[in-house]
Amino acid sequence: MSQELFTNLAIFVLSLLVGFEVMSKIPATLQTPMMSGANAIHGVVVVGAFVIAAEANSALFYVLAFLGAFFAAVNVAGGYTVTDRMLGMFDRKPAAKKGEAEQK
Amino acid sequence: MSALQTISSLIYLISAVCYVLGVHLMRSPKTARRGNGLSAVGMFLAVITIIVTIIVEGKIDPIGWVVLLVGLALGILYGVVKARKVPMTDVPQLVSLFNAVGGGAAATIGIFDYLLKGDGAALSVAFSLPVLLDVIIGGITFSGSLIATGKLSGHVSGKPISFPGARLLNVIVVLAILVSAYLMIGLPTNVWYVTLALVMSLVFGLLMTLPIGGADMPVVVSLLNAFTGLAVAFAGFVINNQVLIIAGALVGAAGTILTLQMADAMNRSVANILAGGFGTDDSDSGAAAADVPVDVKETSADDIGLQLAYAHSVMIVPGYGLAAAQAQHEVAELAKVLTDQGIVVNYAIHPVAGRMPGHMNVLLADVNVPYEQMKQLDDANPMFESTDVSLVIGANDVTNPLARESGNAISGMPILDVDKSKSVVVIKRSMSTGYAGVQNPLFAMDNTQMFFSDAKKGLQEIVAATKQYLA
Repeated sequence: MSQELFTNLAIFVLSLLVGFEVMSKIPATLQTPMMSGANAIHGVVVVGAFVIAAEANSALFYVLAFLGAFFAAVNVAGGYTVTDRMLGMFDRKPAAKKGEAEQK
Repeated sequence: MSALQTISSLIYLISAVCYVLGVHLMRSPKTARRGNGLSAVGMFLAVITIIVTIIVEGKIDPIGWVVLLVGLALGILYGVVKARKVPMTDVPQLVSLFNAVGGGAAATIGIFDYLLKGDGAALSVAFSLPVLLDVIIGGITFSGSLIATGKLSGHVSGKPISFPGARLLNVIVVLAILVSAYLMIGLPTNVWYVTLALVMSLVFGLLMTLPIGGADMPVVVSLLNAFTGLAVAFAGFVINNQVLIIAGALVGAAGTILTLQMADAMNRSVANILAGGFGTDDSDSGAAAADVPVDVKETSADDIGLQLAYAHSVMIVPGYGLAAAQAQHEVAELAKVLTDQGIVVNYAIHPVAGRMPGHMNVLLADVNVPYEQMKQLDDANPMFESTDVSLVIGANDVTNPLARESGNAISGMPILDVDKSKSVVVIKRSMSTGYAGVQNPLFAMDNTQMFFSDAKKGLQEIVAATKQYLA
């Protein structure tokens, strides 16, 4: 096994453990926003979309790069927006003005 | 490492720290929004870093830029518009849609690098194995999540879909995936090998989600969320980028835990859910024609209004029927009418009320229900004994006293002790069972009255009646 692969594998395994650790005992109230928040984080795949676009050099590769960029951008932009909207509702003070709820 | 690589690796590390701390902060309602913000900051850093990297490296050609920027712009536009406009009842299917595209993007990266780096030559296992896992998991997530989105939004029937020979087809597809794995790992690259892997995993995603009933979909969405995380992590192996590996693994683990917690709250095992065929549909209209047993007492909106107007304390128990009828505004209005008269109103929220855990809280917060009035299971249960009227709206299984006994489908499931309150009013469309398929003896108890109506319409009538008695 190459050094590079070993390093990546170690990072992968340890990140899994961090994920398990940080997620235990989430109050039920927050499970929906938490799922959505985790969903936004895998939008980091957008970094990979940049990487492949930089290497594209033929029609097939341009198409793949376009799909990657489009898919990843939907995930990351939509994911953070909807999570923030949801959590903003918990943030609201009890006496919040009605306007905020109605603006959508 | 060049200076650029050093700096970019360090910034990626900082963004990974932002994700972990962000998720950590999301564990408490007070800091959750900040946590999501911190995670977004990490994402912003990572994106800036990759932009600078590809500009400095200068490998990208003009068409590459156009393709990239147009793809990103369209994606951002679509994602943000969807996320802004979605009604809170539809959040689960939106999350599922984002899973689909995330998995799709990860699979695209794997296919791209397999074709580019391979170019007809043999690849090392260290490279082709992550590519394979990336493409297969990404493909399954893509099609599976689209079906889940369709089932939740009603474009695809919520009923478990099965057909003769489904089991055999499953076996064939799994074998085909194994064949594609052998071809991709063992032989020089060929565009057809990766196509086979992609198509077969897309088919597998369909076969996996179609037989699962709509009511179980949220657990499936959560599981596919974890899958997407893993696909992204493997994409990180493929392009040797650690921030993808860390973030992907984090989501993979987090999604797994969430899935187990959700399944637990529904008193089901994940394996049992994936086996499919459970329940028929998630709208409780399934058995609408079921006969009303003679021993339940029906009541009218007028009578409920009277009871509420003379109560001191009211507990509202919202369930899936409330969410399905989009009646959150009506319930909030009723609560306001009552609290304005000094009547104590609280909401007893079961962990799985709504579409999925925590969903009901979001729906109620959306209509400005104060956070303090939303009582979780453990806080709500001691309050029922001193409650005058419990108003059960479109909830069934979560109030079923049979859960306290052994030998039925919901034995051991934590329930709300609605039956302990002085009077119970159940608003429900029909006598049909909840998705566990168990009759609910609560409905036939002496202190229970049934009001057969759609939640929205019924609540409007009750609000009108209550106002009349309070005026």
